[in-house]
Formats: sequence, structure tokens, C-alpha cells
Amino acid sequence: MTAINDEHDGRSMAERLAARDEEIERLEAELSAWREQAAGLPTRDDGEFTSVSGRAVEPLYTALDVSDKLQENLGLPGQYPFTRGVHPTGYRGKLWTMRQFAGFGTAEDTNERFKFLLSRGQTGLSVAFDFPTLMGYDSDSPRSEGEVGKCGVAISSLADMETLFDGIPLDKVSTSMTINGPAAMLFCFYVAAAEKQGVDIAKLQGTIQNDILKEYVAQHAWVYPVEPAMKIIVDMFEWASEHTPKWNTISISGYHIREAGATATQELAFTLANGFSYVQHGIDRGLDVDQFAPRLSFFWDVHNDFFEEIAKMRAARRIWARHMRERFGAKDPRSWKMRFHSQTAGVSLTAQQPHNNIVRVAYQAMAAALGGTQSLHTNAFDETLALPTEESVRIALRTQQVLAYETGITNTIDPLAGSYYVEALTDEMEREAEAIFAEIDAQGGVTAAIEKGWLQRQIAQSATQFQRDVEDGRRLIVGVNAFTEHDEPDVEILTIGEDADRVQRERLAEVRARRDQSQVETCLAALESAAVAEQNIMPAMLDCARAYCTLYEIRHRLEEVYGAYREPVFF
Amino acid sequence: MMTESNTLSRPIRILVAKPGLDGHDRGAKVVAAALRDAGMEVIYTGLHQTPEMIATAAIQEDVDVVGLSILSGAHMTLFPRVRDLLVEAGREDILVTGGGIIPDKDIEALEGLGVGRLFGPGTPTADLIDYIQQWAGANLTE
Repeated sequence: MTAINDEHDGRSMAERLAARDEEIERLEAELSAWREQAAGLPTRDDGEFTSVSGRAVEPLYTALDVSDKLQENLGLPGQYPFTRGVHPTGYRGKLWTMRQFAGFGTAEDTNERFKFLLSRGQTGLSVAFDFPTLMGYDSDSPRSEGEVGKCGVAISSLADMETLFDGIPLDKVSTSMTINGPAAMLFCFYVAAAEKQGVDIAKLQGTIQNDILKEYVAQHAWVYPVEPAMKIIVDMFEWASEHTPKWNTISISGYHIREAGATATQELAFTLANGFSYVQHGIDRGLDVDQFAPRLSFFWDVHNDFFEEIAKMRAARRIWARHMRERFGAKDPRSWKMRFHSQTAGVSLTAQQPHNNIVRVAYQAMAAALGGTQSLHTNAFDETLALPTEESVRIALRTQQVLAYETGITNTIDPLAGSYYVEALTDEMEREAEAIFAEIDAQGGVTAAIEKGWLQRQIAQSATQFQRDVEDGRRLIVGVNAFTEHDEPDVEILTIGEDADRVQRERLAEVRARRDQSQVETCLAALESAAVAEQNIMPAMLDCARAYCTLYEIRHRLEEVYGAYREPVFF
Repeated sequence: MMTESNTLSRPIRILVAKPGLDGHDRGAKVVAAALRDAGMEVIYTGLHQTPEMIATAAIQEDVDVVGLSILSGAHMTLFPRVRDLLVEAGREDILVTGGGIIPDKDIEALEGLGVGRLFGPGTPTADLIDYIQQWAGANLTE
């Protein structure tokens, strides 16, 4: 605000405040004259002037819309409350990590794609698992039929994990793994694979998604009921803080909540509420908040509404910092800093005129960079049709490289700070998120809100509203309900054959034949005992991984103790 | 909305189902709500259903139509399986339709296997409502 930035020139506080009041009056008068002038002019009849989340947007933002606590709300980069970013040097110190999510077919197929991406300048790996793996089923389970290797890579034991990272030294790359229900098991496979490579596991860098709360809310790859699932997550916090201190033990994710239909504010608030719930569970275990909070990371969706997305990320950092310091009493500044990955919005892509998606992704990627993301996945344009081809993935990666090296947006830190609109929107989203936290509390907290289906219903309602807006033409989507074409040319798509299924069955049979069966039994029994005794199950689970127990064997053994989650069904 | 060919005196009954392990149910829920708003009786199975569970539910609930939502790439396995189970149970009269991320050539192949029309991303819900109502007008008698 201009009045605050005035030189003091030895004036008293009273004089300065009077000058500020005059300035405000002058602005208000100018604004009302502008309003009068604008009211007489026509506005476009194809404009709704709402954000993609349905938020009403004012025609003009001025200094009057910005909080008079602006400096306090912003801080400088690397300073509390981190609105302007968690690193003092922004992207001048280090660019975001370009991390393309990839996985399909067998471990060999994906290992080849990883090597392709690394050779083209990608700087981190990100594993997409197939649905059976995400749900904790082996490739040879009857439940897996038809889905093995289809939407990600099939990993059923340590043997597959070894193949997945064959020739990729695990102390040199950072790896992100999108796995939740059976996250602890896949993490144990990864740690055991690193041991096999002879790597010191204390050097492992990466992130495991491990965010079970948003699975119940949105993505739905769950295994156990809420409380035992939370217990396993806290076990991982505890174990990893000692053995793999550079590993991010959770990526608290808004992405799937948003993709399922949530608005930007719902994504922001539901995700942060989940984050607070993990922190509370850690504290309830008796852990010192500063022991595990520095390894908590986040994951945001980046949708089409450019400024709303940027404001969301800036607000998220501020809210997290304030709650961690004020509410949870964290003392270590690393516990206050929200570090996050972002991915462009899959749900915003269209099957119609798919090449237009390249443009959508580029804008979304720019919003992520202006929002200060630590790493980014850009979607390939053909992902509404099938898994991406090498060609489409290369364009997606090149989109990030053009953004980083050609557009100049990385030259200065948080370049949108002080924008009347962006600051007003950041404040507004923070206020809205706080209101949603209060609503969740009124539901009895996150866990109760999940069990009642309250969060799920909120998201489904937003999804239905969005669909209505599109069908009624209130929201225009190029190629879908505006500027449509009749005869669209075919796009070449990637086909995943049935080979993965066959190869995986053969490999699993081989693993089962080769391993020491009595050791498998001993390890599984020890795991069950640890679970029954309510001990930290990580050491016993790591022994299971080392003994080549399969994913489903581990899942099933714990299910005997913990039971299975049943969703509240509604629409 | 085309309703003139639908002479049925009762509402159309439809089972919306999510087969397989894929958890993406945004589409299934939006479609279920739209079909209900169009006056149909809609039953939604919830997630992670096997083809056997879906066929059993369809028969027990005595539905006219089964709508499957598949985004996982498993459509060539799951659509024919549900259709075959219904045929085996003597209920080939039940229409198996659906949507998801399904390449055009697979849609053609599935039609050849007795599966009804399949709808891709970006389809207005009015299109599938029209399709089901027209099918009901031509195929349902009571």
C-alpha cells in the first residue's frame, strides 16, 4: 500500500496516519468516478467473470483491496510466513525439479522410460504404479486381471523393484513414489533395493506419497481402516527420521482432491486439514513435532485459472507456517516451511482437439512456477486418450525447459508479490480456508468427516456443479462446448499390450520358487506379531521385503490384524 | 431431451458400476446424478467391484441397463466379462453401456461383442440420457 511505503521524514505517527487516511479517501473518490464511467460501458456477453472454481472476480483491484498488514503477511523469500517462497534465493538458487510421473507395463518397460527421461535432462524420477499395486494386490491375483501394467508399472516384490532401478544408482537420483494404501510396503521394497545396490540408505532422497486421508476423500486406493492406516504412517515418520533422514515421508496431496471435483479453495483447505491431522497423530504418538515435520511435503494440482492457482500456493505456504508455529508449537523453521510438488491438471485436458492441451499445460506450468513450486510434472497432451507416448512426454518436458530458460520468469523471486489482485486473492483464500477448517472441526475433525462421507459429498457436489456449468454454457471449454470441430484427425496413441500380465505372472512364479519359503513364513509371522503388539511395524516389514515376500502377502497378513476399509457409497 | 420414443410407464432402472481396482469415480458419480435427475432409478455400486459382483447386483436389482465406468485401460477385459456373465445368466436383454478412456478402435471392437454405445471424456450427459431413453423406447416393453 502506497501510504505505508511513504518516507517517514521525521513525521509523527499521527501525521503519518492522517496522510494515509487522506490517501485512502483520494483513492476511494477516484474509484467511484471510475465505477460510474465503467457502469455506462457494455461488458462482453460471453463472459461470466468467475474463476474456474466459481469465485466471483471483481473487475478491478486496487490498493484498497490489499491488507494493511501486507509486509507482515508476506515476509521476504525464505522468511516466515513464507508467502514469497521457502528459499531465500527462489529459482536463482535452484530451479524446480523437473519430475515427470512415469510408469507402465513391466519393471523393464518403465526402467527404459526412466533412462530415456534422464537422458533428456529430467532431474528426478517419479513412479506411477498400476492399480493392482496401488491397492496392494500381486500381478497374479484374480482381482488384478486386466489392469496389470495398464496405468502404471506392476511391482509385486523386491525383485520387481530391483529391475525398476537397474542401472540407476539410488544414492544419485531422487525418486518420488505415488503409493498410499500399501506405501510402507513399497517403501520397504525401495529401501531393500537400495541395500542390494550397496547404497547407504541414509543417502536416499525422494518422497513417498503415503497420504491415506486423501485416498478416503478422493483417489480411493485404500487398504486398511483409517486408524490403523494412520498408525502405519506415524510408524514411517518415526522409522524414517532415524534411518532415511533425507526422505520425505509423506506428500500431503491436494491433487487428487481437486481432480475429483473440488474447487481451488476446497483443495487448499481439505489438504491442509489432512496435513494438520498427520501432525496431530505424530504428536499424539509422543514424537517431537520438529523430529518429523521437516520431512512433510505437499502436492498441488495446477488448474486453468492462472491467478487463483498462484494465490492458492502462496496462501498454502502462509497457512501452513502459521499453524505449525502458532498452533503446533514447532520451533525449527524447517517445520514451518511448506515444500511442494505440483502437477498440471489432468482433469482440465480435453479429448477433443487434444493438441490444445499443450497450451493449457504451458499456462498451468507457468502458474506453478509463479506460485513457487519445488518440483513439477507437466502432463502430456494425449493423456485424456491413453498413456502418453515418448513424443508427447518429450513435449511436456520441453514445456518446462522453455519456461525455465526462455521466459525470464525465474530471474526474480515471486514476481507477482504486491499485485493488488494476487494479494487480495491470497488473503481471501486464506480466510476461506480458515472457514472450512472450522466446518471440518464442526464435523468432528477430518477422520469423522471422512467416515460420514461429508468431505466426499462436498467434492461430488462441486464436480456436478462444474458439469452443469459446462453443459449450460456458463463455462466455455475450447473444443468441447465452444469452437468445436467436426472431423478431428486421429492422434497416435500408446497401446499397452497384454504382455505385462503374462511376464509378471511368470516372474512372480519364479520369485516364489526361488525364495526361502520358511524365511518368508517367519518374516510374515514376525510382522503380524509386531502389529498385534502395536509396535512400530517398519523393521519387521523391511525384513519381509528382504525375504521377497510379495506385496499381497504383506498386505493380507496385516489385514488379519487391521481389517479392511469399507467406503460410504453415495452419489 | 428426446423422450417421445419412450413409452415406458415406469422409470428406467440402471446400475452404475465401477469395475476393477481403479478408484476414479468422478465420472461415475456425475453420470449417476444426471441419470437420476433425468428421472431414472439409479443404483451405484461403489468402487472396486468384480465383474461377478456387478452381474449379480444387476440381476438381483432387476435393472434394464448396466453402465460401467472404466478409466484404467482394462475395458477390453471388463466390458466383455460383465456382458458374458449376464448372457450366461440368461439376461442378454440387459444393456451394457458405459464410458471412460477408451480408444475408438476398442469401442468398435466392444460393439462387435454385444456391448452398447460407449462415451468418452467431454460427452454432455444429455447425449447418454438420450441414448438410454431411445434404447429403452425400442427395447423395453413393461
